[in-house]
Amino acid sequence: MANTYNYHADENGMYGEFGGAYVPEMLYPNVENLKKVYLGIIESDEFQQEYKALLKDYVGRPSPLYLAKRLSEKYNTNVYLKREDLNHTGAHKINNTVGQILVAKKLGKKRIIAETGAGQHGVATATVCALMGLECIVYMGELDVQRQAPNVARMRMLGATVVPAMSGNRTLKDATNEALRDWICNPEDTFYLIGSVVGPHPYPDMVARLQAIISEEIKWQIKEQTEKDYPDYVVACVGGGSNAAGSFFHFLDDDRVKLVAVEASGLGIDSGETAATIAIGSKGIIHGSKTFLMQTDDGQIVEPYSISAGLDYPGIGPQHANLFQTGRAQFLSATDDDALEFVMELTRLEGIIPALESAHAMVALKKMTFKKDDAVVITLSGRGDKDMETYMNRFNL
Amino acid sequence: MNKLKELFLSKKNILSIYYTAGYPNLGDTVPVLDALQSGGADLVEIGMPFSDPLADGQTIQLSSHKALENGMSIKLLFEQLADMRKTIDLPVVLMGYFNPVFHFGVEKFLAKCKEVGVDGVIIPDLPFDEYCTSYKPMFEAYKISNIFLITPQTSDERIRLIDKNSTGFIYMVSSASVTGAKANVSDQQVDYFKRVERLNLKNPRLIGFGIGNHDTFIKACDNAHGAIIGSAFVNLLTQEGASKEKIGTFLKDVRA
Repeated sequence: MANTYNYHADENGMYGEFGGAYVPEMLYPNVENLKKVYLGIIESDEFQQEYKALLKDYVGRPSPLYLAKRLSEKYNTNVYLKREDLNHTGAHKINNTVGQILVAKKLGKKRIIAETGAGQHGVATATVCALMGLECIVYMGELDVQRQAPNVARMRMLGATVVPAMSGNRTLKDATNEALRDWICNPEDTFYLIGSVVGPHPYPDMVARLQAIISEEIKWQIKEQTEKDYPDYVVACVGGGSNAAGSFFHFLDDDRVKLVAVEASGLGIDSGETAATIAIGSKGIIHGSKTFLMQTDDGQIVEPYSISAGLDYPGIGPQHANLFQTGRAQFLSATDDDALEFVMELTRLEGIIPALESAHAMVALKKMTFKKDDAVVITLSGRGDKDMETYMNRFNL
Repeated sequence: MNKLKELFLSKKNILSIYYTAGYPNLGDTVPVLDALQSGGADLVEIGMPFSDPLADGQTIQLSSHKALENGMSIKLLFEQLADMRKTIDLPVVLMGYFNPVFHFGVEKFLAKCKEVGVDGVIIPDLPFDEYCTSYKPMFEAYKISNIFLITPQTSDERIRLIDKNSTGFIYMVSSASVTGAKANVSDQQVDYFKRVERLNLKNPRLIGFGIGNHDTFIKACDNAHGAIIGSAFVNLLTQEGASKEKIGTFLKDVRA
C-alpha cells in the first residue's frame, strides 16, 4: 500500500528535481528566515489551536463531503463533492490565508501584500487582514480587475488597497511579479501572503500544509459515508495548484488513491490560447521555483489564457511538476467550453453554481471512465458568484 | 589577465553602464557598446531581456519588453557580439535572469560567453548555494566571473561567503528597491557602504540601484570602487536613441 517515495518537500524545498528558491539577493533574507521558522510555527500547539479554531468558527469547517446523487447516476459512479465553495468568502483560499496571517503575526509583520487572479485569494487575504487589523495591499492584473469586478469591490469594502498590475497580459503572472517587486522594496515590515503552492521555498510547502485540511477531512468523511476508508479517486483543478495540493496531501503516500489534476486548456491545447502548463510546458524557473512552465525557445515566459482567471497562470506548483514527472498524479485538461458545460450541468443536476475554476475539475467525469462502485471525490474549490457576469454573457441569462 | 581584474587594478572610480540588448532597436546592441567605449565608460553590463524581470522597475521592464518585441534573444545576442573583441577593449558582463540561461543550457551559455569574449555574468535569481554546488566548476573552467548582489539586508557572514566564492566584483545594491529607484544616496545607505568597506573583501565593490547622475556617482565612488548606472542610461536611450554624441555627453556629465 504505502510506497517509499517521498512526495513532500525536502529541507531545501525540493520535490525531486523541482522547487527550490530562485530569488534575487534582495529577497533572500526574508525567504531564508521564513524557511527557518515556518515549520516550527505551524506545527506549534499554539498555532494549531488558533488555526483550527478559526477554521471551525470563522471559515465554517469542516466543509461537507456531499454525495451528488444525480451526477453520480448520470456518470454511473459515486461522485462526492468536497464543498470548499461553502467556506467563508466562497473558496478554499481562506484555509491558507487564515494560516499565513497567523504566521505573519508571529513574525511581527504589519503590512500584508498578496497577488490575486480571480480575486478569491485577494478577498481571502483582505478578509483575514480585516480580522486581524493589518494593512493589506493586493496586486491584481488589470484585465482581471475588469473581469472580476465584484471581487475587487469586496476587497475594497474589506479595506484593502487593490493595485492593478499593468505589465504583460495584465493577469495573475503579472500581479505576482508586482507583489514580488513590492516585497523587494519593503523587506522589513512586509509579509508576502502567497495564494498558491508556487513561489520560492517554503511557500509551496507552507501553502500545501495549510490547505491539507481538505484531504484531512476527506479522509474521515469518506470513512463515515462509505464502507471504505479511502476514496478511489481525488480530482481537483490546477492553476498554481493549491486546492489540488490540499486535496492530495494526505493521500500522496497511499497508492490506492488515484490523483487527478485538471488544467485549463483555454481555447485548446494547441490553440496558442491556453494555460495547460503540463500539456505544453517544459522545465524552467518561474516566480522563484523550478517547475514546468510555458516558455518560448528563448526561455521567455508565454502569456497564458483561460476563461478562468484563477487558472490563468503559465506555471504550476513544483510539487505538481513532480507528481506529473513521477506519474503519481494523472493530468488532464479542460477547455473553456468543457468547463462551461459542467458549470451548467452541476447547476441543473445538483443546484450548485460552481466557480469556473472548479468546473474544470468536473470535466474529469467526461474525460475518464469510472467504475460503478468507485468513490470519486471532486474538490469543488469555489462558488460561482464571482463569475456571474461571464455566465450571464455565455448563457444569455 | 581577466579584463575585469585588470580594470580594478588599474583604475579607480569605475563607471559601469547597464543597457538592454536590442534596445531601442534590434541592431543597437553593438553601436551602443561602441559609443560607451569611445565615451569613456569603464565597464559595460549588457542586459539579456526577460519577459518577467522581477527585480526591475518600470524603465528596464519597458526596455526588456521592447527588446523582446524587436526579436532579441540570447542566441541572437551572441551572434551580435561575435566580433566585438575586434573593436571593444572594455570588460563586458552579461546580466539577466536565470530562466533563459537555464533554457539555453548553462554550459553552452558559458562556452558562448568565452567564445565571444564576455568576461562575467550577473544572474540575480541564480541562488548562491546552487551556484556553488552545481555551476561553480563550470564557470571556473570557462574563466567567466560570476558576480553576485548584496543588499543592506545581507548579513556580514553571507557577504564574506559570497566574496570568497565569487570573482570580478561584488554588486552592492544600494537600498531595498528594484532598479530605477530615484537617484539618491542617504546617510543610512552610507552607513551600509561603510559597514561593507570594513569587511575588507577580496573583491572590489561597485554600487548600483539609485545611481543615475554626477552626485550619486561621486557618493558611490567615495564608498566603493565605483558605480553602476542602469535605468538612467536606458532612459537616455529611450529619449535619444543610440546616439553616440548623446551617450558621450551623458558619460561626461556623470563624471564631470
